[in-house]
Amino acid sequence: MAAYLIKRLGSLFFTIAGIAVVTFFLSMVIPLDPLAAIAGPQAPEETVERLRVVYGFDQPIHVQFYRYVERLMHGDLGMSFQTNRPVLEDILNFFPATLELATIAMVISVVFGLLLGVLSAVYKNSWIDHLSRVISLVGVSMPVFWLGLLLLLVFYFKLGWLPEPGRLDIMLFEPPRVTGMLLVDSVIAGDWEVFWDALKHAFLPAVVLGLYGLAGIARIARSSMLDVLTQEYIKTARVKGLAEWLVILRHGLRNAMVPTVTMIGLTYGSLLEGAVLTETIFSWPGLGRYLTTAFLTLDLNAIVGGTMLVALLYLIVNLLVDLLYAYLNPRITLASGND
Amino acid sequence: MATASPPLLAVEDLQIRFHTLRGVVHALDGVSFEIARGESIGLVGETGCGKSITARAILRLVDPPGRITAGSIRFEGTELLTLDRRAMRTIRGQKISMIMQEPKVSLNPVMRIGRQVAETLLIHDRSLSHRQAEAKARDMLGSVSIPDPARMAQRYPHELSGGMAQRVMIAMMLVTRPRLLIADEPTSALDVTIQAQILDLMTDLIAEIGSSVLMISHDLAVVAETCDRVIVMYAGTVVESGTVDAVLDEPSHPYTRGLLNTLPDQVDPDRPLQSIPGNVPSLLAPPVGCRFAPRCPEAGPRCRRETPAAYDVGAGHVAACFLHADGGVA
Amino acid sequence: MTDLPGTPAVLDRAEIRRLRRAARYRSWGDSYTLWRRNPITVAGTLIIVFLVLVAAAAPLLATHDPYNQILSDRLLPPSAEYWFGTDNLGRDIYSRIVYGSRLTILIAVLVALISGPIGLLVGVLAGYVGGATDEVLMRLSDIFLAFPKLILAIAFAAALGTGLENMIIAISVANWPGYARLVRAETLAIRNSDYIQAIRVLGASHARIMLRHVTPMCFSTLIVRVSLDMGAIILIAAGLGFLGLGAQPPAPEWGLMVSDGRNYLVDQWWVSTLPGMAILIVVLGFNLLGDGIRDILDPRQRQG
Repeated sequence: MAAYLIKRLGSLFFTIAGIAVVTFFLSMVIPLDPLAAIAGPQAPEETVERLRVVYGFDQPIHVQFYRYVERLMHGDLGMSFQTNRPVLEDILNFFPATLELATIAMVISVVFGLLLGVLSAVYKNSWIDHLSRVISLVGVSMPVFWLGLLLLLVFYFKLGWLPEPGRLDIMLFEPPRVTGMLLVDSVIAGDWEVFWDALKHAFLPAVVLGLYGLAGIARIARSSMLDVLTQEYIKTARVKGLAEWLVILRHGLRNAMVPTVTMIGLTYGSLLEGAVLTETIFSWPGLGRYLTTAFLTLDLNAIVGGTMLVALLYLIVNLLVDLLYAYLNPRITLASGND
Repeated sequence: MATASPPLLAVEDLQIRFHTLRGVVHALDGVSFEIARGESIGLVGETGCGKSITARAILRLVDPPGRITAGSIRFEGTELLTLDRRAMRTIRGQKISMIMQEPKVSLNPVMRIGRQVAETLLIHDRSLSHRQAEAKARDMLGSVSIPDPARMAQRYPHELSGGMAQRVMIAMMLVTRPRLLIADEPTSALDVTIQAQILDLMTDLIAEIGSSVLMISHDLAVVAETCDRVIVMYAGTVVESGTVDAVLDEPSHPYTRGLLNTLPDQVDPDRPLQSIPGNVPSLLAPPVGCRFAPRCPEAGPRCRRETPAAYDVGAGHVAACFLHADGGVA
Repeated sequence: MTDLPGTPAVLDRAEIRRLRRAARYRSWGDSYTLWRRNPITVAGTLIIVFLVLVAAAAPLLATHDPYNQILSDRLLPPSAEYWFGTDNLGRDIYSRIVYGSRLTILIAVLVALISGPIGLLVGVLAGYVGGATDEVLMRLSDIFLAFPKLILAIAFAAALGTGLENMIIAISVANWPGYARLVRAETLAIRNSDYIQAIRVLGASHARIMLRHVTPMCFSTLIVRVSLDMGAIILIAAGLGFLGLGAQPPAPEWGLMVSDGRNYLVDQWWVSTLPGMAILIVVLGFNLLGDGIRDILDPRQRQG
């Protein structure tokens, strides 16, 4: 176990270093001069020059790279040109909102994805199968930004059932910040009014994002369930006289979960990308929107820092998934590696 | 047979069809036999002759696209084919259970074996607590000679050898003391060295419980050793049945004779082995008349015209062959 | 030619070709049956055929010039004159959607044509040469795979500057590592097969084996995978267009059109909704077909 973790963390470190290099070169190829953006279009030439020296852009590339790595080592991601605050602070500020959204969406994806996938497999080639496959295919084919707009149009503008975009009604005060996730913080503070309002605000974006992740889970759940249902131990369970639904849940699902868990990890990554668009539509003050703004304004440090963090998260989630995978599958012993 | 009490199991005129992309497979056609209480019956034949599907049909667990299209299966006088699902489930695992061919893949890989054995008990006895069931399961693991059952109960199937896994399977299927045990090639996936051990273990336990056995095997030697009577199947039909001694000493169907000739002779080991010429017919379009006729050295015109009934050749020994009918094969 | 005792008579080349063709036809026949049996696949195919026809016949189908602004006809609802209404600059939305199908196909095809071969090259090299080459190439693709695709595409699109060409390059950059992994796995399996060993013994050079034997065998797997990805590629392109990082105005790109209509969502729903519907239908078409292809290629389906 320990050896396995060390090995995994080692390769994780390697990949992170690679990510740092990629993001650095990414920032190098950005053709526009970010300094002009900071200094403003009318800034005199000498102001721009002074800023160039302040930010170190006058140095040769390898010196810049060295400084960049040195800063990273100290957890310094630089200042955001846009917000004028340290990028790390910004990220910590915006990230909980994304985590909250992605987690609710994840629950939606997993619950409904598993349900659809299992139903599909059990009633293979019946109308249930076709219907659930169409649902999940529509889900994966849906442009999230468009679905978001559509749902806003219907449920906010036309029906008025759900609140305006954003995280919380402007008349309400945020509870004391503990985790940065409103739903959690409001429970901690015992503020149910805020909890309820935050939940209503989160509902649409979470559904949109959840639908986005659902299809992949449904598909892998279906195919691994189909696989499992032809196995001999399923027949054994039936021979024992077990009711069919218990055969499916106790013997089928548990085994089908093993490959499905891997997909759930991948889905978390796709939720992070889905968040970029969803947060834009729903004015959700999360990392996705922060990143989008950074990209559109060429806020260099924010781009580099944000992208790195997303990649890092993605890696961590996959590590957790591998651990869960090993837990679910007794045939895998972590000590001997993960193949 | 017109005895007063019904036999434990009576299969009559069973017919199973598979509807596939390429047509209808006549997997089983008019199979009939009976099993008395405490009796051990061997079902023999080549791969694909319908042995396993017969076994699965008794439990009503024929996998799609296979379907039971006609016939009757009565267990202790109750018709199983029309029984509702819930009642059928109380039969499975409790009154009739089955040992599968490949123990290693027939156990759930993500469930501890103690729980798998206990599960059979829990399904059929709601009053049992988990703790009690697990305790009984451990006892049962002990009685199939698994060393240190308490520790082994915590293991997962992949940690067991094939022989151990089959012991677990036997424990799992006999823990409810069923009336009928179906054993589908219980030893053919195992090492030759432990086959005998497993067979002995099974026979002992069955004798103790008093179950009847339907032993499915392609190996006549296994059947000869463990069974009272034997049923020989060919291409989805029963061709011969009788006591093991009668059938092995005086095979009355040309197919049975052919099958025996493929075995090494105990008395005369130098006798050359013979194979049966020709191939098993396609069950998509089985031959008219006797299904063995195209390969039969003694077939006559009648064999390709009519389907033979079961003709008595003495003392409950029957053969579905016109050689024993009035008028012969002509 | 002398026959070794016990081996079957050597088949001549024509005979081998004939047998191979017969086997392929039989397998195609089965594929056709499976294709036809599944309504999902048929629906997907029809949608894509429809898309291609619309793109090909765009000038005939369009009722207006997609770029022509008639400011007096701004934001008109759907009518006999403007079937899908007009946008904020008075352009006919129907005609813009019809012409947009060309952009959609262009993007999808170009991304496939750029990222497919790169993935093929990297994958075959890594898998066949192995050793340090493999290690370096796979680490590289790992790093790219560590980023969610859309985010990587956005990053590159932002870095390269907005515009259709740059967006296509950006999506391709995000796309190739997956293909490289796939091809590498396939190459490893092929390299270790008896068949390749036999060719080695016959004296074929590594370059020849890679070019003539390994690459073609990986090709079919790759094509299937790329076709499965088409829907996702179009979605990413639309997303980039929506964010303003892809095609630029006045291009009739569907994602961009949805974005254009955002400000008029409440009162002029058609401006955003209809182009979005077009994206959904086309992506759904590709995904329906992809799902069907998966099934057809699944050997389990063949038994039934």
